Amino acid sequence: MNRNAWMPLFVFVILLGIAGARLGQPEPPLPSALEGKPLPAFSLPLLAGEGRLTPDTLKGRPAILNVFGSWCAACVAEHPIWAEVGKRVDVYGVAWLDEPAKTRAWLAERGNPYKAVGVDKDSRFALDMGVAGAPESYLISPEGRIVAKVPGPVTETVWKETLLPALEAMK
Amino acid sequence: MIAEAGHFALILAAVLALVQAAAPGLAHLFRRPGIAGLTGFAAAGQAVAMACAMAALIHAFAVSDFSVRVVFENSHTAKPMLYKVAAAWGHHEGSLLLWAALLSAFGGVTALWNQGLPGGMRLRVLAVQGLVSCGVLAFLELTSNPFDRLSPAPFEGRGLNPLLQDPGLAVHPPLLYVGTVGVSVAFAFAVAALWSGRIGPGWARAVRAWTLIAWIFLTAGIALGSAWAYAELGWGGWWFWDPVENSALMPWLTATALLHAVRGVERRGGAEGWVVLLAILGFGFSLLGMFLVRSGVLTSVHAFAADPLRGVFILALFGLIEGGALALFAVRGHRLSGRIAFAPFSRDGALLLNTVLLIVATGVVLFGTVYPLLAEVLGIGRISVGAPFFDATVLPLLSPLIALMAIGPLMRPGRDSPRRLLRPAGIVGGVGLLAAAASAAWGGWAAAGFGLAAAVAAGTVLLLWRSRRSLTRRGLGMAVAHLGVAVAIAGMTGGSQLADEAIARLPVGGSLVLGGRSFTLAEVRAVPGPNYIATRARVTGPGGLALTPETRRYENPPQTTTEAAIASTPLGDTYAVIGEGGPDGAVLRMFSKPLLPWLWASSVLMCMGGGIALFARLPRLRRRER
Amino acid sequence: MTRRKQRLILIGGGLAVLAVAVALVLSALGEALTFFYGPADLLSRADAAGRRVRLGGLVEPGSLMRDGATARFVVTDGKAEMPVSFTGVLPDLFREGQGVVAEGRLTPAGFVAETVLAKHDEKYMPREVAEVLKKNGEWRTAQ
Repeated sequence: MNRNAWMPLFVFVILLGIAGARLGQPEPPLPSALEGKPLPAFSLPLLAGEGRLTPDTLKGRPAILNVFGSWCAACVAEHPIWAEVGKRVDVYGVAWLDEPAKTRAWLAERGNPYKAVGVDKDSRFALDMGVAGAPESYLISPEGRIVAKVPGPVTETVWKETLLPALEAMK
Repeated sequence: MIAEAGHFALILAAVLALVQAAAPGLAHLFRRPGIAGLTGFAAAGQAVAMACAMAALIHAFAVSDFSVRVVFENSHTAKPMLYKVAAAWGHHEGSLLLWAALLSAFGGVTALWNQGLPGGMRLRVLAVQGLVSCGVLAFLELTSNPFDRLSPAPFEGRGLNPLLQDPGLAVHPPLLYVGTVGVSVAFAFAVAALWSGRIGPGWARAVRAWTLIAWIFLTAGIALGSAWAYAELGWGGWWFWDPVENSALMPWLTATALLHAVRGVERRGGAEGWVVLLAILGFGFSLLGMFLVRSGVLTSVHAFAADPLRGVFILALFGLIEGGALALFAVRGHRLSGRIAFAPFSRDGALLLNTVLLIVATGVVLFGTVYPLLAEVLGIGRISVGAPFFDATVLPLLSPLIALMAIGPLMRPGRDSPRRLLRPAGIVGGVGLLAAAASAAWGGWAAAGFGLAAAVAAGTVLLLWRSRRSLTRRGLGMAVAHLGVAVAIAGMTGGSQLADEAIARLPVGGSLVLGGRSFTLAEVRAVPGPNYIATRARVTGPGGLALTPETRRYENPPQTTTEAAIASTPLGDTYAVIGEGGPDGAVLRMFSKPLLPWLWASSVLMCMGGGIALFARLPRLRRRER
Repeated sequence: MTRRKQRLILIGGGLAVLAVAVALVLSALGEALTFFYGPADLLSRADAAGRRVRLGGLVEPGSLMRDGATARFVVTDGKAEMPVSFTGVLPDLFREGQGVVAEGRLTPAGFVAETVLAKHDEKYMPREVAEVLKKNGEWRTAQ
């Protein structure tokens, strides 16, 4: 038996052990940098009527903030769910990078499930929130903290398995 | 229902892989040689089934079938067709499916091509390939099924990352995969040799040919990846010692070593154990690359699947395949090694030393790549190992290798004497020293780089001149590839040591000076693109040179990309990028990269050299068998 | 030359290469490694000054300022803040309030970065940044 021939296996087993040790401590999925934090200060003009959408508008009851735009195809797919969700919790919309006239036409065609819609034409709000793309939705606690963030469309599954349980837990 | 058909093909392939792995053993066990005949059919069938599965996935992407989860996550109707198709392998599941499909394809081709091998060896090779396929397909099916459906089907997909929409990025992963997977054939041959305890004459020829194929694709893939990073990332660099880049470099270095070591075995025998070990390590590095990338254990700009469960599975797979092969090597490796039939001072001796240098350099790259992991486990702290480490370790190791590469081919195989070598070594060394002296003004690294490049070129030309009457195509292939290395070293040295850089925030009409040349920011304006708005600058320089670097702002998802403008001449590149800017001015950053285009030319030379050597093999094989 | 002697030369050559490699690696480990710190760690380490390190954290919202081709911003981990200056083109994904990794040196005038890496969405947040933030309690999971 040649002792040298065992060396590669020996080195390999050590390396494998190290890699295994690293994998032994898996990380929890990374949450949003903002989850658990208070909403950043913002003040958006309302799409309809006078006044502004601010964190204070949302306070006192749980709320959902939904970032959408008339240019966003996935928002069309997502849209019907808000009428349903709106029965359980206040849903506010943020029309991102969009002309108010286009947003109005879009909502007129598909129905307006939002309690109020803020206009974020120049992306100030989206930058503060770190919005990656539309649609994106946030569940906000009565104290104005961000409880959960859903990048991408909210589907039946996401609503039932993520947002609804979190909402129940708050009550 | 094409996706379901694809899924079915995937399962079928896994079953066939099992048959392929087990048939030779069963035939032996039940003393029914007939069963072994299934092996080749299973290998071919598996290749066809996997091709169908891959085609099904590509189809789902081409028609934007968003009911398939990975299509929804990674594609979009607004993508051009090329990127829809390329998106099929631009994510975890798809890239793994492509990897597995290539593995099966290599298995199928081995079954068809290597009919000339002794039957026992051929069956063993196929069985090992079947075993590897089994593992990879099980991983796909159990943790990463690419044909998962979504219900209800979404209306539109989410994958529209403009950063990833680049022709280079669409083509480069498949090429690299062909290369890394190609190394698996040499691995199968190595394990089969350990299993049977014998290495026949056909073995070395087959291993060399397969390794050469893998090496050509690895070379092309790495070159394209570097060219992409150079053109798209806007940092003026082309190699960042990123873990993903290293994971392609390590199989390349090992394949290069294997290619040279197996040459010795083919010619006169000796060091068989070393060749087998290199083949096992080569595929190990391919698997390691998959592990590093797919499990996200290392922080890396490319890692796109951070899923610990998959990591555990890959690690177990890796341990079984590679650990099993190394254990077999430990127990039986010594049986293979014949007597070393050459003196240390000979072409074979130099070749062997070079393979050792290559493997040690690979080991250093491996160490640097996994050291952050090691430091974390040992509690040293969070560390990143970057270019300074690799430059300080890998370059000093590769320099003697390059020097040996200049002189080694001029030595006689078997045995040589220092006295006979004096004259050729003097010529090669003289040319090298002249070049080094001529470039000494640019500093020590430039002198070393240009000196070595000139020495390799001189040595290769001298070799071609000497063997001008007896030049084989294989010799020609080697010479072309070696010339490619010389050109590559010159390009790398010029592009780094002679490079210059300037940055300034300029108003429109303002200028900056780069390496004695003055460049003016002539204009900055907004240009609408198909799904983005570009801020495009026009930069004018001496000799009517005009560059138009851009930044592009996409709306959905909102993202900005940098488009560098590169003006290439054979003597070098002028490279410009702009940062934030408006109609009145912008941040302008410019590089001059002398000789850098030589690097891309060198990769063409190397691949060409490999191709010439590869096709030289076929007629020769026939002649010997007659 | 006997076979035994030849074998010894070959093995000796291999070992010599290995020894050189180990020496190179050890010397490079002392100099060429880049440690990763958050602002609080960096300030508490006397030995970090002047060395090449990576600094990770969040870009403090409202802190980005431009001065010609030089960008100045503040990196925070919730405990401490570190002013950073960087001459160059900021990466495409650089945003205030987002994770960032700056590689460079700590000087008396603050941190001078040679490269800046940024990632936009938390999905792509550099793991190193996430860990620093977690360590300092800046990072909270839902529930």
